[in-house]
Amino acid sequence: MARLDRPVSRRQSQWLLLAAVTAFAPLAAHMPVWLALFAGAAFVWRGWLIQRGGRLPPRWLLVLLVVAGSLGVFFEYRSLFGRTPGIALLLIFLSLKLMELRAPRDAVVTVLLCYFLILGQFLFTQTLLTAFVTCLAVAITTAALLAANNDRPTIKQQFEHAGRLLLQALPFMLLLFVLFPRVNGPLWGLPEDRRTALSGITDAMAPGTIAQLSQSDAIAFRVAFTGAFKGIAPEQSSLYWRGLVMPDFDGRTWRISQTREAYTTPPYAEESKRSKPIDYELTLEPHGKRWLFALESPTTLPTESGLTRDYQLLSRQPVRSRMRYTQRAVPDIQKGLTDPPEVLQESLALPKNSNPRTRAIAISWRQRHGDNDVAILQAAEDFFSRQLLRYTLNPPLAGSDSVDEFLFDNKRGFCEHFASAFAFALRAAGVPARVVAGYQGGEINPVDGFLVVRQYDAHAWTEVWLAKQGWVRVDPTAIAAPRRIDSSLATAIPTNETLPFLARNDMAWLKAIRYQIDAVTNGWNQWVLGYDPQRQRDLLTRLGLDTDWRNMTALLAVLCGAALLLLTGWVLRQRERIDPVRRAWRRFTAKLTKRGIVWQPWEGPDTLAARAASQLPAHATKIHAIARSYARLRYAAQPSSTGLVELNQSIRDLSL
Amino acid sequence: MWHWLHRLQRLLHERFVRWALRVPTPEPTPITLVQRRVYVLPTRVGLAFAVALITIFLGAVNYNLSLGHALVFWLAGLGIVTILHTFRNLVQLTLRPGRCPPVFAGDLASFDLLLENTRRDARINLQLSFSGEAPVEIDLPAHTTNTATLTQPTTQRGWQALPRVTVETTWPLGLVRAWSYIAPDMRCLVYPAPARNAPPLPWSGEAFQGASNVGQGADDFAGLRHHQLADPPRHVAWKAAARQDDGKLQTKLFSGQSAQELWLDWDAAPSALTTEQRIACLTRWLLDADTAGLHWGLRLPTLRLAPAQGAAHRAAGLQALALYALPPVTTNHGTS
Repeated sequence: MARLDRPVSRRQSQWLLLAAVTAFAPLAAHMPVWLALFAGAAFVWRGWLIQRGGRLPPRWLLVLLVVAGSLGVFFEYRSLFGRTPGIALLLIFLSLKLMELRAPRDAVVTVLLCYFLILGQFLFTQTLLTAFVTCLAVAITTAALLAANNDRPTIKQQFEHAGRLLLQALPFMLLLFVLFPRVNGPLWGLPEDRRTALSGITDAMAPGTIAQLSQSDAIAFRVAFTGAFKGIAPEQSSLYWRGLVMPDFDGRTWRISQTREAYTTPPYAEESKRSKPIDYELTLEPHGKRWLFALESPTTLPTESGLTRDYQLLSRQPVRSRMRYTQRAVPDIQKGLTDPPEVLQESLALPKNSNPRTRAIAISWRQRHGDNDVAILQAAEDFFSRQLLRYTLNPPLAGSDSVDEFLFDNKRGFCEHFASAFAFALRAAGVPARVVAGYQGGEINPVDGFLVVRQYDAHAWTEVWLAKQGWVRVDPTAIAAPRRIDSSLATAIPTNETLPFLARNDMAWLKAIRYQIDAVTNGWNQWVLGYDPQRQRDLLTRLGLDTDWRNMTALLAVLCGAALLLLTGWVLRQRERIDPVRRAWRRFTAKLTKRGIVWQPWEGPDTLAARAASQLPAHATKIHAIARSYARLRYAAQPSSTGLVELNQSIRDLSL
Repeated sequence: MWHWLHRLQRLLHERFVRWALRVPTPEPTPITLVQRRVYVLPTRVGLAFAVALITIFLGAVNYNLSLGHALVFWLAGLGIVTILHTFRNLVQLTLRPGRCPPVFAGDLASFDLLLENTRRDARINLQLSFSGEAPVEIDLPAHTTNTATLTQPTTQRGWQALPRVTVETTWPLGLVRAWSYIAPDMRCLVYPAPARNAPPLPWSGEAFQGASNVGQGADDFAGLRHHQLADPPRHVAWKAAARQDDGKLQTKLFSGQSAQELWLDWDAAPSALTTEQRIACLTRWLLDADTAGLHWGLRLPTLRLAPAQGAAHRAAGLQALALYALPPVTTNHGTS
C-alpha cells in the first residue's frame, strides 16, 4: 500500500529532541561522565541544527560515532550486555538517531528508544518522584508521537491530546497492574554490574565500624507486625534484629566464619511455652550482601534462604532489590544445645598475648567460680558495671590492646567496644562467646504503624554458650547505657555528640513531616514497588478472588473488555450530534412533507417558504416567519439567544 | 514460489475487499461509513510498538521493576485506546460525489468527493486513495464539509467510472489503521483525444449546399420547433414557453443563412481512417470550429446535431463523439 512519506518536519524534530532530552535527563547522573557529555553534546548539536536549519551530518560520520560510542561503552563496562551497558548503548543510539530524522520511520524509532530509556531509569531509582518524572516523560514522548503523525497542533494542544489519551489508558494500566499474573524475576541471569555502594553492616567489625553507621539515617528495613502484635509493637528492649554472627577474632576485628548454609529448616523446637510468638513482615532495603535480619528465633525461613551452623540467616543471592519476608519469631527457644564441639572451640579461640590485664581478671573469675559458667557470666557483668564504662559515639582510637585500653584506661566506647571486650573477657575465662551484629530497636512511624529500622540502629552484642541453656544473648552495652536498649540512641549518648537528624529527639514538627513522607514512601514501596506475585495473591485472596492465573486472566479480560465497552460507548454517544437549529428545521420540513411539499436540499429557507406559502396560503404568514427566524439563527452575525426557543415554538404552533 | 504466494495474497485481498464492500456497486449516495464497514488492524508501526512493549515487559519482569510493569501496562492501555480513537476518526464519516468535469482522453480525470463531518470533533489525516496509489490527505474540522479531489489518468473516450476508493486513517498515533472501501456511483465523461494531424476543416460542397437550401440560419424568424439541448439559449422562445402548460421549451427557427455555417460530417473525414481515428479527427474539427466561433453542425451515422455555437453545443458535440458506438452504461442512477 502506498503511503505518504513526508520528511520529518522541523516541528517534529523539535518534539523528538524534547522527548529525547526528557528521557535522558534523569539518567545522566547514572551514566559515565563522558557518555553524559557525549549525549548532551549530540542534543545541543541537534538543537542548533534545528535552529539554524542546517544539514544533517552524513551517514558515515554517524556510523563512526556509533562505533566509537559502543567501543567506549565496552571499555567502560567490559561488556555490551547487562543493564547499565545496555542503557548506555541505547542512549548512544538515541542521541545519534536524532541526527538522521529523515522519514516518519525514524521518528517512530526515536519514540520507541525514548520509551526504552524511560524503563532504563527504573533500574536506578523507582521512587515516587521518579514516577512523577516518568509521567512527564511519557506524556512528552507520546506528544512527540502524536506530532510525528500530525504536526499542525500547537504545543499546548499536543500536550492536552497526549494527556487525554494517557488518562484514558489509565484504567487499563490499573487493571493490568493489579490483575496481570505476575511472574517472579529474573527470567535470565542478572549480570552483577550493580556498582553503587550500599550502606549497611559489613562482615567484619572493628572498633568504629558501627559508630560510623550511627551517622547514617538511611533505612535498613521496615517491619509490619501482624498477629498478636498487630498495632502494638513488642517492647523496644526485645527488638534484637539478629544479623551476622562473628566468632572469628584476630585481636582487633571480629569476622564471620560461616557463609555456608547448614540448615534449611530451623534445627530447634518451634514452640515455646513461655512466650508469645511474634509475627511480622520485614521489608529489607537492598544492601548487596546475603545476610538477612530477624528477631530471635525464627521458626520459619524466608524462601531461598538458609541458616548457617551458627544460626545466621543467609539468602542464597545477595539482596540487590528490596526484599520482603514474613517471619514468626519465638523469643525463648533454646538453641545450640547440641552444637558440635568445633563450633564451641571456635568460640573460645583467642589471639595469643593480647590484652593481658583482661586475661588476668578473667582467669581470676574462673579460679573463683570453677565450672560454674553462669557465675562467671555474672562476675563479668558485675565487672563491667563496676568499671563505670561510658557509652559514646566518639571513643578514643584504640591501640594494639584495644580491650585492655577500653576496660581499664579510657573506659569510653560504642557498642562494638562493649561487645568485643565482653566476648573477649568470657573467652579468656573459658566460656564460649561470640559477637553478633545487627540492629536493635527501631522507631514506630505513627502514621502507618510500621517499625522503621535505620542504619543508626545498628548494634553489636554478644552470645554466650551455657550448658543446658545453649546460646544466650547478653548485651554488655545495656550495662553501661540501658537507655540505648530501652529507648533509643539519642537518649543514651551525651547530648553534645552529633547524630543524624532523624535520630535526634528535638524538632518534633519536622519529624512529624518526616513521618508523613516516610509513610508515603513506605506505602509506595509496599504496594507499588513491592507488588509481587505474593502480594498479588494476598490482595486477590482478600478481595475474595481466585488466584489461579487462568481465572485471573479471565477476570482481567472481562474487566478490560468492560473498560473498552465504556470507552466505545463514549465513542458512539458522540457519533452524531446535530445542532438544535438544524433539528428544528427538520421538524419543519417534515410537517411540510406531509402536505406534499418536499424540501429540496438546494432550496434556501426563503425559496421553500415562498413555494409552501403559495400552496398553503392559509399558513403563509407563519411559514414565512419560521423561514425568517431560521435564516436569522443560521446566518445572522449575532443570533438572538431566545431565537431558538421562538423557532421551536412557532414550528410547534404550525398546524397544517 | 514467491510469485504464487503473491498471486494468492492478491486473490485473498480481492476477496476480502469484495466481502468488505458487500453493497451493490456502485452504491447509493451519500455513503455513511457505519461501524460494520470500518476495519481496524495494527500498522507496521503498531507491530513495532507491540514488540517494543513485549521487550519492555520482559525487562521489567527480569529486573523486578514494578514501575516497569506500570509503564508497559500504561503504554498497552495507550495502544488499546488508540484503536478506538483511530476507529472513531473514520466511523460515521459521510461521503458524496461532487463535481467531475469532463476531460480529454490522456488528461487526468478528477473526481471530487465531498466529505462531511457531522461531529463536533475534527477528523484529522483522512487519506483517500485508489488501491495501490498515493493517497490524498484531508482534514475535516468539526461540522464541516470538505472536498477531496482524486485524480486518475484516462486513456479511452467514454465514461470512466470512479474506481473503488480506500478511505483510511492512522491518526492519532499511527499504531493502528482504520479503513473502509467505497464505490460511489460517479463517472467522468472522457472526450476523445483530438487528432494531432487532422485534415483542414471540411468546407465541403455540402456545407455550401446546405447554405443554399432552406437552412436554419439566424437572420429571419421562420417558425418554432422543439428545443434541443444544443440550441443556443438566446433562440429559446421564452414567450411561447410561458404559454405552454407542459413546460417544454421551443426554439425559434430563422431563415436565411450564415456564410460561416459548417457541417462536420462523419463521411467528410478521410475514408482511410478507422473509427477511432475518424472520431479523433472530428474532435479536432469540432474544437477548431468552436475556437473559430463558427456555427457548426455535427453529423454522425447515428446522430445529427443542428449547426449552432456556444459552450453547451460544444459539450453536446464532444459528448456525442465520446459516446459514439459505445455500449450504454447501466447504472442505478442517471448520469451526473
